[in-house]
Amino acid sequence: MDEFILMALAAGLGLALVAGPLGSFVVWRRMAYFGDTLAHSALLGIALGFLFGIHLNLGILVVCALVAVLLVTLRRRQRLASDTVLGILAHSSLSLGLVAIAFMEGLRVDLMGYLFGDILAVTPLDLYWIFGGGAVVLGTLVLIWRPLLAITIHEELAQVEGVRALPVQLIFMALVALTIALAMQIVGILLVTSMLIIPAAAARAFVRTPEQMAVAAAGVGCLAVIGGLVASFQWDLPTGPTIVVTATLLFALTTSLRAMLSPARA
Amino acid sequence: MPAVQSLSGKAMPRPALVRARGVAVRFGDRWVLEGVDLDVVPGRITTLVGNNGAGKSTLLRVLLGLTPPAAGSVERSGDLRIGYVPQHFAVDPNLPITARRFMALSGRVDRRRWREVTADAEVDTLLDQPLQVLSGGEMRRVLLARALLQRPSMLALDEPAAGLDGRSQGALYRLIGSLRDRYGCAVVVISHDLNLVMAASDEVLCLEHGRIACRGAPASVMEHPEYHKLFGSHLGPDTGVFPHDHHHGDRAHKVAGGGHG
Repeated sequence: MDEFILMALAAGLGLALVAGPLGSFVVWRRMAYFGDTLAHSALLGIALGFLFGIHLNLGILVVCALVAVLLVTLRRRQRLASDTVLGILAHSSLSLGLVAIAFMEGLRVDLMGYLFGDILAVTPLDLYWIFGGGAVVLGTLVLIWRPLLAITIHEELAQVEGVRALPVQLIFMALVALTIALAMQIVGILLVTSMLIIPAAAARAFVRTPEQMAVAAAGVGCLAVIGGLVASFQWDLPTGPTIVVTATLLFALTTSLRAMLSPARA
Repeated sequence: MPAVQSLSGKAMPRPALVRARGVAVRFGDRWVLEGVDLDVVPGRITTLVGNNGAGKSTLLRVLLGLTPPAAGSVERSGDLRIGYVPQHFAVDPNLPITARRFMALSGRVDRRRWREVTADAEVDTLLDQPLQVLSGGEMRRVLLARALLQRPSMLALDEPAAGLDGRSQGALYRLIGSLRDRYGCAVVVISHDLNLVMAASDEVLCLEHGRIACRGAPASVMEHPEYHKLFGSHLGPDTGVFPHDHHHGDRAHKVAGGGHG
């Protein structure tokens, strides 16, 4: 096999292992739209990365972190519905990113690559980012697992029992931001959230504990990456979208199997 | 008829777990709580009653430390451990978790305590059920069991009887009373179910527009003009759990206008 295919596979699997457990929390906390907003704002981070000549992931990380903090603040201070805030931030930051990139003279950017991912262009440096960053995300997630699960189930109950909710929330948001920066290269801005949501949702059908779901989601994500890569080579398809389609097929499969096995719950 | 007595006037043998003085809370321009004094004392069941928007939930949140008061002071004793049963509890259907795991999530639990608590709250048969399939009453019992696992010095219950049928409500309040007797914990309850509340309380606080309209022992509060103004005059206990030595003229009925706070 070509080296670039192996690197693509390694990158995809690395991402799937991180996105599964983290995505489970995104699903439980009903933060799909939040993840989407962070992903949209990533393009502004890319523009900043070009502008200041820093690694694009760093630019993405900074912008995502700012957007996350802005969101938390706006939600605490004002009575604006949070999906309205998210909608405003998502699309204004995406547009701002597009406008900023258009302003930069002499810059030729593969916009399609950023929007839909370009896993076959993964470099060794990207792999360092994915595995280094991925290890940070998973390690931190393990550390905050119990308090995060507690505030996910009932925030005030957890607070009364002594969990400090705000720091845990902020750390979790930072993890989501980091994961989005890592996933950008593989599935692109517009499809990033799918890697968080779909494997987790597919895993839900056959698990009984939160931990099982996190592990199963990672497994489903890996299958989707392998299947998507194979299919995209076989039929010459765009890789990012093919991975997402594969994940969706797995979701449809597990969900309908579950429905068939226990018709009462369907 | 006994006059309404201020409980703070009596000698208190045990120090308060939470001591709130002159507590006030403001949402925007609106004061939702003003000048409230309250001691949460071990072994005493304190009930907060009042109409919608009277400030019951806000006061409980202040006692729990969830809402910081805009004015006044709240002192907590060092041995304050709170067991909390919130009114609203819904877990995302995508989160797979059993009652057993949920109960164990809060920390280390020794086996004897676990057996005692699951028997008290009658949750033995519910332990392996996913939280999402539990009925409102079952979920309330699981929350109560979880709260007891903390060995609470203060038990806080927000509308624990909401959505239960009459018989379950009576049983729930009897259970709360017996838990207090056994563990000697302080209990703070919010309720709309005035009959039941009166029956199982040591101290009742009637809140109106964020202020205490009247307070005292249940029997004396019931005779207070402010109480009648708030809840009508044909109110009396009919649950059989009230240690009750006099009779009102007519049968108790539900008070109109009580929704959820």
